[in-house]
Amino acid sequence: MAHGHAEPRWEHFSHGADIGVRGIGRSKAEAFEQTALAMTQVITDADRVEGRERVNIVCQAPDDEILLVDWLNALVYEMATRQMPFSRFEVHFDDHQLDGAAFGEHIDLQRHRPAVEVKGATYTSLSVEQNPDGLWKAQCVVDV
Amino acid sequence: MDLSLFACHDDYRWEIAPRGKMRVPAVIFANEQLIRDMDSKVYDQVTNVAMLPGIVQASYAMPDAHWGYGFPIGGVAAFDPNMGGVVSAGGVGFDISCGVRTLHTGLDLTDIEGVKNDLANMLFFKIPAGLGSTGRMHLEHEDMDAMLAGGARWAVALGYGSWEDLMHTEEEGCMLGAVPENVSEHAKKRQRDQMGTLGSGNHYLEVQRVAEICDAEAGAAFGLHEDEIMVSIHCGSRGLGHQIGTEFLKKMVVSARGYGIELPDRELACAPISSPLGQDYLGAMRAGINCALANRQIITHLTREVFAAVLPRAGLRVLYDVSHNTCKEEEHSVDGVSRRLFVHRKGATRALGPGHPQLLEALRATGQPVLIGGSMGTASYIMAGTTQGMALSFGSACHGAGRAMSRHQASRQWRGRQVIDDLAQHGIIIRSPSTRGVAEEAPGAYKDVTAVVDAADAAGIARKVAKLVPVICIKG
Repeated sequence: MAHGHAEPRWEHFSHGADIGVRGIGRSKAEAFEQTALAMTQVITDADRVEGRERVNIVCQAPDDEILLVDWLNALVYEMATRQMPFSRFEVHFDDHQLDGAAFGEHIDLQRHRPAVEVKGATYTSLSVEQNPDGLWKAQCVVDV
Repeated sequence: MDLSLFACHDDYRWEIAPRGKMRVPAVIFANEQLIRDMDSKVYDQVTNVAMLPGIVQASYAMPDAHWGYGFPIGGVAAFDPNMGGVVSAGGVGFDISCGVRTLHTGLDLTDIEGVKNDLANMLFFKIPAGLGSTGRMHLEHEDMDAMLAGGARWAVALGYGSWEDLMHTEEEGCMLGAVPENVSEHAKKRQRDQMGTLGSGNHYLEVQRVAEICDAEAGAAFGLHEDEIMVSIHCGSRGLGHQIGTEFLKKMVVSARGYGIELPDRELACAPISSPLGQDYLGAMRAGINCALANRQIITHLTREVFAAVLPRAGLRVLYDVSHNTCKEEEHSVDGVSRRLFVHRKGATRALGPGHPQLLEALRATGQPVLIGGSMGTASYIMAGTTQGMALSFGSACHGAGRAMSRHQASRQWRGRQVIDDLAQHGIIIRSPSTRGVAEEAPGAYKDVTAVVDAADAAGIARKVAKLVPVICIKG
């Protein structure tokens, strides 16, 4: 895929008992945003979730990979305690700090029809890397 | 998995000799077909665990083993604190003390035939299941800490069940050594509305029928008879356990190098048992065990309320409650010497053999009930711990069928509605808040539980007592 034509996107990949989430973007920040979206898609269809309410998230970690796990786990925590799925994400990096925001709404079981709860992001199949074509890819397995 | 990877084996015990950085051999209990079908990642993971400091005897995998996080799911490993042994958050898992509680109902199949649908509807209505569901109770501050210190005992003291229930629960319902202060505010906040909830994923409450007694003597000792209706509850420590697991996994990943531990895989992150981090984790993890025990106790109470309303003749008695995601300090005989070891069981059930001092008098002759969960459409089993198993696998056995297929594949292959209709044809009622969740948990996505149980039985790590088939399944 030629650099510049690629739209940011997310994917799922198989893991024995659970599921892998992958985000691909033109920047590391976009890849992190898409990975978060991939995680939402494990739970529900993000198109059904309105981004009415903003939740700010700040994480710090010694490297990009641990930062990805921290970002996803911070979202798992916010989803669980606020009872909110999220459908849109913003990520900015400042060295080893991530300043992020997630946009969602209070869960509506009828409309969102959640399939499964994510227990946590893991270090399995974890990577954050820039491909030779310039695109960034961020991924890990989430435990459900 | 390639059979040539194994140095030696008999029919049910497959051994990988130590090589490279492995400190002990790795052993998989299974028959040839299960080994052939097993994910090769199990091989990588069971040998990686064998590299951890202070591991004793061998790194084990049960017949239902599949690819996990660091440890295989179905992994068992014991560590000696006096030999630099470690404790691993990944070796316990995110759902701390996930386990199964099985109840007698005092009813037979004929007693429930006419009210099966009412029973299913009422159980589904009363027992919170799935994402976004909350319990009746809101717990904060000192009440939360009392729950984390007291486990099922705390729940019984509040009126959720009887003291008799505790006698038939692992650790008599209360894990000693829990330190609620070691559990973060985040973890407590995640739990405050989740007491008495099943959760989602592979968690369930099933009404089951005893289809077959495989061992008459042990079946009688456990009070089982054919066609008896049982209830099994499979769930764990909910958000609290998940948050403890997440937080300590990161702490252990970040500090492993400082402890001089070389990790073959980051997910194997661990800390020396004697270190402050290791001790902090043990205190928090034991509080997580109490949370799971309290949770299953409250769900037992809710189940009794439903049966009392629908079938007042029922009398729900706990057969046993045992976890399959824990690390426990236990005494084991190794080469004839008694040692205190920290036994990790990740997706493996404790299976104490006959005569074990921790067993209730009534169970001492038979061994501990080992509760094996199945999938929605197939079967569950009740097994018993063996004397042999104490030596073979530190008193550990399998925990369920184990997945044969990822959720991703399963949700492509099946539609939830179709799975529910197909099972209805076989007389099995499914109630679930999520049809996609049902598709991901389709019976075909699991290994053959009977093959797993037969292999465990043949290997001698536990013996088969009874087969249970589902009648109603409330799926989280």
